[in-house]
Amino acid sequence: MFAFIVRRLLFLPVVIFVLTVIIVGLLQLLSPERRAAAYVTNEQQARNLEAIIKDHGLDQPFHIQYWMWLKSALRGDLGFSKASNKPVVATIKERFPSTVELAVYSLIPLLGFGIWFGTIAGLNRNKFVDQFARIYATITNNIPTFVLGVILLVIFYGFFNLAPGPGQLSPENQVNLIIKPVPRITGMLSFDALLAGNWVIFWDVLRHLILPVITLTTVSTSTLIMVTRGSLIDTLSQDYVRTARAKGLPERVVNLKHARRNALLPVATLGGFQVIGLLGGAIITETIFAWPGVGSWGSDAAARFDVAGILGFALLAAVVTVLMNLAVDLLYAVIDPRIRFD
Amino acid sequence: MTMTASKQGSEKRETFWTSRPVRRFRRNKLAIVGLSLVTLFVLVAVFAPLLAPAPKVGNNCQRDLGITDPRQVYNIASPMFWKAVFAPPPSCYQIARINYRAEPSPPGKPIQTEFGEVRPLVGTSNGYDVWYGLVWGSRTALKLAVIVVSFNVLIGIIFGSLSGYFGGWVDNLIQRLIDIIFAFPGLVLIIVITTLLGPSLTNVMIAFVATGWAGYARVLRGEVLKVKALEFVDGARALGAADTRIMFRHILPNALTAVTAIAVLDLGSLPLSAAALSFLGIGLPIGFADWGQLINAAKAWIQGPYGQPFAYWYVSFFPAMTIILFGLGWNLLGGAVRDALDPRD
Repeated sequence: MFAFIVRRLLFLPVVIFVLTVIIVGLLQLLSPERRAAAYVTNEQQARNLEAIIKDHGLDQPFHIQYWMWLKSALRGDLGFSKASNKPVVATIKERFPSTVELAVYSLIPLLGFGIWFGTIAGLNRNKFVDQFARIYATITNNIPTFVLGVILLVIFYGFFNLAPGPGQLSPENQVNLIIKPVPRITGMLSFDALLAGNWVIFWDVLRHLILPVITLTTVSTSTLIMVTRGSLIDTLSQDYVRTARAKGLPERVVNLKHARRNALLPVATLGGFQVIGLLGGAIITETIFAWPGVGSWGSDAAARFDVAGILGFALLAAVVTVLMNLAVDLLYAVIDPRIRFD
Repeated sequence: MTMTASKQGSEKRETFWTSRPVRRFRRNKLAIVGLSLVTLFVLVAVFAPLLAPAPKVGNNCQRDLGITDPRQVYNIASPMFWKAVFAPPPSCYQIARINYRAEPSPPGKPIQTEFGEVRPLVGTSNGYDVWYGLVWGSRTALKLAVIVVSFNVLIGIIFGSLSGYFGGWVDNLIQRLIDIIFAFPGLVLIIVITTLLGPSLTNVMIAFVATGWAGYARVLRGEVLKVKALEFVDGARALGAADTRIMFRHILPNALTAVTAIAVLDLGSLPLSAAALSFLGIGLPIGFADWGQLINAAKAWIQGPYGQPFAYWYVSFFPAMTIILFGLGWNLLGGAVRDALDPRD
């Protein structure tokens, strides 16, 4: 187990190395002048591109450029993001907690609703609930995130004004937050507001989270429903479940203790990947709902050709994904004692 | 005697139409719904130049086709018909921009232009003719899907079978490469590649191929390993068959079944991922006929003017419905193909 973790962690630098080689390599397709633009922070620098090219060695061969990039990266300098008008590292520090916040709230409907609905469907195979679950999953599984987000906004914000519009706070609370700031402890506004006892802000952030969370989780939830259902149906037909019934155990105990526990094994793997997928989905969801996380920054950086920003965002995404994959594998070993790593 | 005769009669040679997977597919009602939707989209894509002909105003399609009257393309005898359908100039893929008014114009409402009056069928958004964008967008979607999936399958087959058949360091190298591609969530790697290459349809396709082959290679490797262990492959080898013959005649055809189902699902999901990119303003140039751009334009008109919340319903409704039906069609078809090819039960 320990060797497994070490090996997986050793893989992380390899991934990052190859990724950065690919990106710095792709950058060579651009002229040195265009790449120099990534370092420009004020007008004076813009007039003197040659100096920047010389300073950062942008006209040097690839391996020297890569080495220079790596040296500054190891010093914690990933460049300056034009999209956020801040250094990349500072942007990530400021925005990553908001993405985590969105993901944390998304876990509730994703795992709770997905597993609950899948269980009900699986236990009532071919009955009305099951048919409904299957139709629901087929339909929602087909709506791309960006379309779903816009549809939800159109219906619940545009047509019926039941939900707040894009953003993290209503305009009046943005003003309130400036007048009476909430101390930044976790970086996640809803939790910070809660810790500061500021219920108005907390409630407002929660309201603004409803539509993004639905957008982010609908597709993965429908997959989870179908997998839970299928796995439960498989498990229910196994011999040990029949034995448990024959022993005279109550139906509820058989279903939930004997069958569902085992049925959840494949669900755990898939659920882990869905949680990882939340980060990828965050790019689109955060952009639609103007959520101040890393996803909206990443897409903004790409749309505005902010090279340092894209590079920083991709690095962050890769690191988080590799670490989360490791966590899912370990979690799986905890849930299923039959699994051994060697 | 009679028994043998009747037996011979019932044992007609199995054709494609009567083979087990196809029979199973035909029995599935949802499969037929999916197939119909997909056929509809393919027809719209192929005949886009007839459904949304080169406009009087909005792009240079008419000029580049070398026609003076949009109706010329409907004459099947003229070379213009064939040129428009099979080799339309790139300018036809630009959504016809009727004017530069940001405010949407409702379906069918006439708009005055310097070349006379036009009636956009499902309205305009940001001045773009939405109908033109939807019709030519399905052509973009089909083109992208077919080209990207073909390359993905081809590269996936090459690397997957090399990896599975030879094993050893070849296998290790290819698998680590795939691990690296899989280390990125969702669209991140595609966004990086597309952005650095610059906006164009070709570059979007390059980005999708660069990341998409890995899934096929991994599935195919597993299938090759599975098939390789079966006895008939040992039999072929014992009879003296060469590596290439075993690979192409015995292993690949069996392993390909698994890839077919994924390919069908990908044909539907790749254009939607590309649309998601252009929704974010990444990938395709501004104004390129693509569904994502239409949804992006609709984003600004979520709220109607004060007191009329439903005023701009059409701006998001038509693009969203198109995308949902497209996704639904391919997903039903893909699911049915997967079930039909499933060797279990």
